Amino acid sequence: MAELDIENLTFRYEDMVMSFTLRVESGEMLAIIGPSGAGKSTLLSLIAGFDRPESGRVRIDGRDVTGLSPAARPVTTLFQDHNLFAHLDAAANVGLGIHPGLRLTAADRERVYHALKQVGLDGLERRLPGQLSGGERQRVALARSLVRNRPILLLDEPFAALGPALRREMLDLVDEMRKARGLTVLLVSHHPEDARYAAARTAFVHAGKILAVDETSRLLAGESAPELRAYLGELESGEAP
Amino acid sequence: MTRLLPGGVALAILALLVGGALGALLWTAPAIDLGALWADAYLRHVISFTIWQASLSAALSIGFAIPVARALARRQAFPGREAILRLFGLPLVIPTIVAVFGIVAIYGQVGLLNRLTAALGLPTQQYLYGLPGILIAHVFFNLPLAVRLMLPVWQAIPGELWRLSAQLGMRSGQIFRLIEWPLLRQVLPGVAGLVFMLCFTSFAVVLTLGGGPASTTVEVAIYQALRFEFDLGRAVLLALVQLLLCGALIALGQSLARPVTLAPTPQRPHDRPDLAPLGGRIADAIAIAAGTTLVLLPILAVLYAGVTGPIGVVLGDPRLWDAALRSLGVALAAGVLSLAFGWAMLLTSRELRLRRYRPRAADAIEVSGSAVLVVTPLVLGTGFFVLLSPIADVFALALVLVVIVNAIMGLPYVIRVLGPPVMRVAEQHDRLCASLGISGWNRFRLVEWPAVRRSAGLALALCAALATGDLGAIALFGTQDTTTLPLLMYQRMASYQMEQAAVTALVLVGLCLLLFVIIERGVGGRGRA
Repeated sequence: MAELDIENLTFRYEDMVMSFTLRVESGEMLAIIGPSGAGKSTLLSLIAGFDRPESGRVRIDGRDVTGLSPAARPVTTLFQDHNLFAHLDAAANVGLGIHPGLRLTAADRERVYHALKQVGLDGLERRLPGQLSGGERQRVALARSLVRNRPILLLDEPFAALGPALRREMLDLVDEMRKARGLTVLLVSHHPEDARYAAARTAFVHAGKILAVDETSRLLAGESAPELRAYLGELESGEAP
Repeated sequence: MTRLLPGGVALAILALLVGGALGALLWTAPAIDLGALWADAYLRHVISFTIWQASLSAALSIGFAIPVARALARRQAFPGREAILRLFGLPLVIPTIVAVFGIVAIYGQVGLLNRLTAALGLPTQQYLYGLPGILIAHVFFNLPLAVRLMLPVWQAIPGELWRLSAQLGMRSGQIFRLIEWPLLRQVLPGVAGLVFMLCFTSFAVVLTLGGGPASTTVEVAIYQALRFEFDLGRAVLLALVQLLLCGALIALGQSLARPVTLAPTPQRPHDRPDLAPLGGRIADAIAIAAGTTLVLLPILAVLYAGVTGPIGVVLGDPRLWDAALRSLGVALAAGVLSLAFGWAMLLTSRELRLRRYRPRAADAIEVSGSAVLVVTPLVLGTGFFVLLSPIADVFALALVLVVIVNAIMGLPYVIRVLGPPVMRVAEQHDRLCASLGISGWNRFRLVEWPAVRRSAGLALALCAALATGDLGAIALFGTQDTTTLPLLMYQRMASYQMEQAAVTALVLVGLCLLLFVIIERGVGGRGRA
């Protein structure tokens, strides 16, 4: 269990100045939507520590982690692509979450096996990423997040390339993990229906700012900001939640 | 049918030339007592030494290239990085004999190193001639080549993997073991195979630095047999041995090489997580400095010796200018022939692959263009010698033969450099051209030339530069009346006129680089990317 507190986090990329303030409750799944280039992924990068902010603080459970390296933060990130090392099999890719040099004990191997089983991949331990489907590859990455056992999970559109049914299946799996382990999950998506399906609250990011955070159904009604209405379009905002 | 013609004609001429040379070798072979020659201990020694020096050269080049390449890949933005990468492109282009001169000036008996040790009151060492000299020269040529061939491996690593390794807390060693080495391992067989091949067939280096029969390769032994022992039978046997070994090596290399599977993503690049530690910074600095020094020192030595040499005397010698003119002619003729043949073969291969759906026939054409790697200049030269000497004076034909041999040697480069853009332009624009009715000259002018121009310029520049520096074919056929610049320089070195050789080296390297730059810019257009 961990709550996330982002305070005036500023970051400059080329001409764009971004500034984020956001509070995420412990154990919640928060969706983040917005046009491409708005800064959704940058927000996750700042939380994970891949990018360093110019100013501002990231606090996790009250502890300031702004100066910590990515590995030292209680955070796991899933990207859209390249979550796995292509030349290592599924079990080794998960095992890296336990030891970054793959020195694993028998007990560690057992944990890897169980994690893969939990995400529905038992029997596929020896498969290389190239021999797995897109959904299965992301399941391996989820299994690694299980063995890493960090309380915050950042999803940077990892299911964007999957079809609607498979996407829902993966979101169900993430939600199960969240409930079982009390994970705090941030889900970046460009499908508002993902937010509607999986997240109680949703944040709308536009031009490097968080313009609105609200209950998902209320936010998707599009009342809070003209930019949000423009992003969702008439059809989307007119739909019943 | 006309669209298949260019490649068909090129292939037919190539087959006639190479086939004629090799056919003549095989036809002559039965007349020789192969058994007796095979039992010859000297021959066995030559073969085993050739393999031994090539293995050592490849191992040393690759072994040093890995830390240098990794250091250059890790440090993406230090001042001078671009210049170092350009410097590492030089050994491919500068004439072998020039580099050998620079190496002698550094490592020779009165070279820079020995003068330094003498100044420190230490005994000087005489070690260059023989295996050490061959290895030093081969590392000089192949370390930078290997670095340049390996660097794309790092470029192909997607940014997400660096973020991932940062999140997992991987250290430098773990990153090397789990990310870099597995990727390197995929390209190493190909790179090592190429370097081994180049060292295996190396001629000018072994001729000049081998220092005697104890350190002779098959390629040099062919030359010795033909030019000094006048033993045609031995030359033919050695040429066949060389042909067999090269064929076997290439077949082996083909079966080992595997393509890299990763593709770069459009995502914002991300720094790798192991840049900060001081130990790594020091190690990288040492690797880059050592690699750069190794390549730079001999080149600087050539420049220094040339500039301080008897410039007036050498430049006043008409033989120099005759030789320079011949070299220029040979370079341009060989380059243009290479480009024309290679391009013709690629056009036909493209027609077969994309429009007639005959990919295997297309492969066969491209492979036959690269298959000339099996024949070395001395093998081809011996073949022409056997083929032509009954009907003509081969020494009178020297320059023609040198042009032909160098044109054939340039073909693999043309296919490699020009192949991808020639194929791409058809894939991208065939349908559009068909719908707009753009064909023939208009198509060449408006579509093909703009798309392939840069590659064509590079291919031509490369072939011309390589032919400028040729010392294989010309050593075999050259006489007093057909001396080219590299041969003139070799003769001066062989007669210990080192100061005159130095100035000749400067002229030769100047001609070579000037030709390269003028062709690359002139033909390739100014827009260099």
